[in-house]
Amino acid sequence: MSASASPDHALLKLAAIGTVAGIFSGLFGVGGGTVIVPLLIFWFGYGERLATGTSLAAIVIIGLIGALAQGGVYGNVHVATGLLLSIPAAVGVVLGTAIQQRIPQVAVSYLFALLLVAIAVELILS
Amino acid sequence: MNEFIAVLICLAGGMTGGLVGVGGGVLFVPALTVFIGLSQVEGESTSLLMIVVVAIVGAYRQQGYGNVRVREALIIGALSPLGVLVGVALANHLSERALQLAFAALALFMAAQLVRRARAAA
Repeated sequence: MSASASPDHALLKLAAIGTVAGIFSGLFGVGGGTVIVPLLIFWFGYGERLATGTSLAAIVIIGLIGALAQGGVYGNVHVATGLLLSIPAAVGVVLGTAIQQRIPQVAVSYLFALLLVAIAVELILS
Repeated sequence: MNEFIAVLICLAGGMTGGLVGVGGGVLFVPALTVFIGLSQVEGESTSLLMIVVVAIVGAYRQQGYGNVRVREALIIGALSPLGVLVGVALANHLSERALQLAFAALALFMAAQLVRRARAAA
């Protein structure tokens, strides 16, 4: 899986990442970020910061589509609660991205690996 | 008290999202179900709304730091609904346990690859 691919090849890989991210969102409710970040690093040779930033931008679209489907079709979204708890969550993401700029990129890989192991353990035990 | 714990967990979820580029749903869902008392379905749906807020704020900050490839992100995001359909179809045809174990194996494999790559770079 080389980082240097032809444009068509790169487009196919991006399409594959989007599809796989969607599959896991649909199956487990976990956001696509858990597959987007590693695949951008493995397949495109992105640095950790570029992979995580691009992943967040992709999640905006994935999450919007999901939230509209859930809220619009099934009416399961508690909008007021969600917006209130989004305040500390937004503060957290501002802090998290700021911290990320000040730590070595490999540290992000180790943190991500830890998160993946935690998800795997949770899935196995559930 | 429960609400206060939920606020702290959501702060941690957002921080995790910013640090490693995920939405934070892995922490929002338990905060909403265990500490706010929503059902699993309501929790997962409401978590999606929070993920969108976190991702918008996080992507905006990362854009400012020069860490976003917008075109690539748009392609990935635009194709995800196709994947969701495939995921739902798979869920209807395979056992949930098999899917959970398959994803656990994939997560462990990717974790090992990330660590190997990081060690090679260090």
